[in-house]
Amino acid sequence: MQLRKVMEKDQDKILHEVTQSEYKYGFVTDIESESIAKGLNEDVVRLISQKKNEPEFMLEFRLKAFRYWQKMKMPEWAHLQIPEINYQDIIYYSAPKQKASGPKSLDEIDPELKATFDKLGISLDEQKHLSGIAVDAVMDSISVKTTFKESLADLGIIFCSFSEAVQEHPDLIKKYMGSVVPYTDNYFAALNSAVFSDGSFCYIPKGVRCPMELSTYFRINAANTGQFERTLIVAEDDAYVSYLEGCTAPRRDENQLHAAIVEIIANNNAFVKYSTVQNWYPGDKNGLGGIYNFVTKRGKCAGENSKISWTQVETGSAVTWKYPSCILLGNNSVGEFYSVAVTNNHQQADTGTKMIHIGKNTKSTIVSKGISAGFSNNSYRGLVKVTKNATNSRNYSQCDSLLLGDKCGAHTFPYIEVDNKDSIVEHEATTSKIGEDQIFYCNQRGIKTEDAIGLIVNGYAKEVLNKLPMEFAVEAQKLLQISLEGSVG
Amino acid sequence: MSTEIVNTDIKIKLLDLFQENLSVIKNDSPDYINKIREKAIELFSKLGFPDKKNENYKYTDVKKEFDNGYKTYLSPKNIKFEIKDIFSCDVPDLNTKVILLLNGWFYDRENLLQELPGGAIIGSLQKAMEVYPELVERHFAKYADMEKEGLVALNTAFVKDGIFLYVPKGVVIEKPIQVINVLMDEEEGFTSHRNLYILEENSQASVVVCDHTLSAVNFLTNSVAEFFVGQNAHFDYSRIQNEHNGSKQISHLFFHQEKDSKVTNNTISLHGGVIRNNISVLLNGEGCENNTYGLYLTDKGQHIDNYIFIDHAKPNCISNQLFKGVLDDFATGAFNGKILVRKDAQKTQAYQANNNILLTDDADIKTRPQLEIYADDVKCSHGATVGQLDENAMFYMRARGIPKKEAKLLLMYAFAHEVIQKIKVPALKDRINDLVEKRLRGELSRCNSCQMHCCNT
Repeated sequence: MQLRKVMEKDQDKILHEVTQSEYKYGFVTDIESESIAKGLNEDVVRLISQKKNEPEFMLEFRLKAFRYWQKMKMPEWAHLQIPEINYQDIIYYSAPKQKASGPKSLDEIDPELKATFDKLGISLDEQKHLSGIAVDAVMDSISVKTTFKESLADLGIIFCSFSEAVQEHPDLIKKYMGSVVPYTDNYFAALNSAVFSDGSFCYIPKGVRCPMELSTYFRINAANTGQFERTLIVAEDDAYVSYLEGCTAPRRDENQLHAAIVEIIANNNAFVKYSTVQNWYPGDKNGLGGIYNFVTKRGKCAGENSKISWTQVETGSAVTWKYPSCILLGNNSVGEFYSVAVTNNHQQADTGTKMIHIGKNTKSTIVSKGISAGFSNNSYRGLVKVTKNATNSRNYSQCDSLLLGDKCGAHTFPYIEVDNKDSIVEHEATTSKIGEDQIFYCNQRGIKTEDAIGLIVNGYAKEVLNKLPMEFAVEAQKLLQISLEGSVG
Repeated sequence: MSTEIVNTDIKIKLLDLFQENLSVIKNDSPDYINKIREKAIELFSKLGFPDKKNENYKYTDVKKEFDNGYKTYLSPKNIKFEIKDIFSCDVPDLNTKVILLLNGWFYDRENLLQELPGGAIIGSLQKAMEVYPELVERHFAKYADMEKEGLVALNTAFVKDGIFLYVPKGVVIEKPIQVINVLMDEEEGFTSHRNLYILEENSQASVVVCDHTLSAVNFLTNSVAEFFVGQNAHFDYSRIQNEHNGSKQISHLFFHQEKDSKVTNNTISLHGGVIRNNISVLLNGEGCENNTYGLYLTDKGQHIDNYIFIDHAKPNCISNQLFKGVLDDFATGAFNGKILVRKDAQKTQAYQANNNILLTDDADIKTRPQLEIYADDVKCSHGATVGQLDENAMFYMRARGIPKKEAKLLLMYAFAHEVIQKIKVPALKDRINDLVEKRLRGELSRCNSCQMHCCNT
């Protein structure tokens, strides 16, 4: 009894510390930026297009999307409580001021800006960079600098900012943009299609295996702005690429909107691996401020034997609304989704995936691990749909939830729709807290309760963390530690 | 757009029907019921029919079923028959007390309320409203949530008759009570009966409900049943749905469980054109146990949708859900199970499983096992599978000379058996075993139980 009391006290203390943990990327860079006025109308859409010096087809795409968006209503089906968002109170375009022609070399980049990314641990200084990751750094949805561009170009790989791709490879953009996530897809996709300012574009030609990890780092800096970026990855036949995405934002009392689109196309035998460590500012411990994260991510396994794998570690954002999906169109294509979502304090997450089996012999795996603490709510929402023609398809889903505290919630909303007799679909989920026996076992062996919780949480998330590229796995593990600080050593 | 107008029409038609027949409807109902009626019709006019945009009705379009313009009866039709002449029960060797409901009306008009040993009462709800106003008032429309569900409001507004069961404190009814719901008429009909089951502290009862259609015309049923299961009471409720393909059945069951009570509910769906079962359970005291099991065997164009909602409002409760289904031909099915564990419902154990076998490419199944959990010290799990019969088991049997057809039957039978074995009344269990076997062989039709031979399907 005595021991139990001590343990409970310990746990209370630890959970208390968890709720006290601070967001360490919350600084603001004092950098000159160029913004347009608040508000959204057709003129703003035209202005953005004009500022980016876009060809006619882009403006048309934006306007069509904007007109469609105006007719839509914000979706309310998610298990989230979102205060009404005033879309007229947001700045839709903000860019760090740069010299007119854009940076030619490192010396031309604003030193403040470089310092920001250095502080975040993202080195733009490629000569000294050893880890071998090519980075496209995006601040306030404007691409700041893409590293290793030239050496990648030798292999025929195009890796650049989206605006650059619009200028230099309009045919590719025209062909693929909106082919996976059309602007009519949903409310936030329409909004993004109308006002997106930049993002990354990546094209891997036939037969090329990208020799390094490609990475985009997103940073929101300016106040009152929304960040709307768009990523497009095209892998031609037999190509391979591993793509990483990271994000942070300063600490502010008001909520900021982030609505992004990621589109992936994998042709025959291509393999695209997309990893995200999402660490937007989650708001303070009373739920004030934080990023509203509404993201549409979708991959299309267009070719036979193609494969798309999503791995995500979601620790940030006040509200997360995100369902990285796979359309398994090609025969024998494979879709994967691995997710760890941590919510603390007043964070809310409604995240999951969609696996749409259309081709024959398609396979998908879903592993989702939710961890909720504080007053947070963490939901898994996923759809597995097997159409009539997708014979011999196979899906396995597992979604587990771990509850740390009695004021948080963990929810599971799977949708399974099967329309043929040869397919096998399995779904299982459990919800539990860390067992007292597990902690007792560790304590008995001289491991402190604090370390024990760390061990158990880490072990719990290991299955997903293992799927991350090595450099990211380390960062993700650290993030998990920060999010649950106090419980993990 | 056009369906919208038609649907508005049927809603308005029903509202008009209510106003026009107000005196008939309100006549011979006590005031307290009529007060609830008024509130219900108001709610119905506000809520209307759930459409497919309603997440809970995503996979079943109930609105469409109402458009057929069924007639509704405000007083019992005078159909005279001797039950033995037209109907032989599917569970003949069951030693039960048999109660008959014809088109939603208590059949034995001479003997509307019957006393059972120990002071328990079974009979017509309409009569009970008059004879036991206090008892009915205390429980009627207290558990069925009509604020959210237009169909429950509709049923409540038109409420007339149905089953009333009252088991007083400490009374144990040994014999199972069998309720036979018969739908029989020359023209298409709409029935909306209402049942009220009250089990007081430490009581125990077991009820078997069989749904049958005895004429070839189409039927639409929208029934509501409320169950109050008092402290430490044990209640066993089994339902066998065996209606023809022209019948549409929407049923709403609301279980309210008090401390330490135990409820087991089996729903065996053998036949039916469209079946929608809504089962909601509120565990309103510590130490409750609820078992909700279901088996559905569908073929041709049949459609079944089970919607289960278990509300763990208090700590230390256990709930189990197991639903299994075999879908053949171009049958469609849906399962929606939701477990809600409220904030203080610590030490909850809640399990949910849904397993489906699809026999053809044209059959399809949609399943949504959901958990919504706000307490940390819980053990909750759910699982759902969609697949086929085990090939290895099939091979094993075929290697031993069992013909393919027989092997397939055996496997399906074994699959279904997990649910059947949960039935507690032994005679009923045996009988359902038989019925399921027959059903899987394709030998069971609704005409099995009918002596009238009015159709040859």
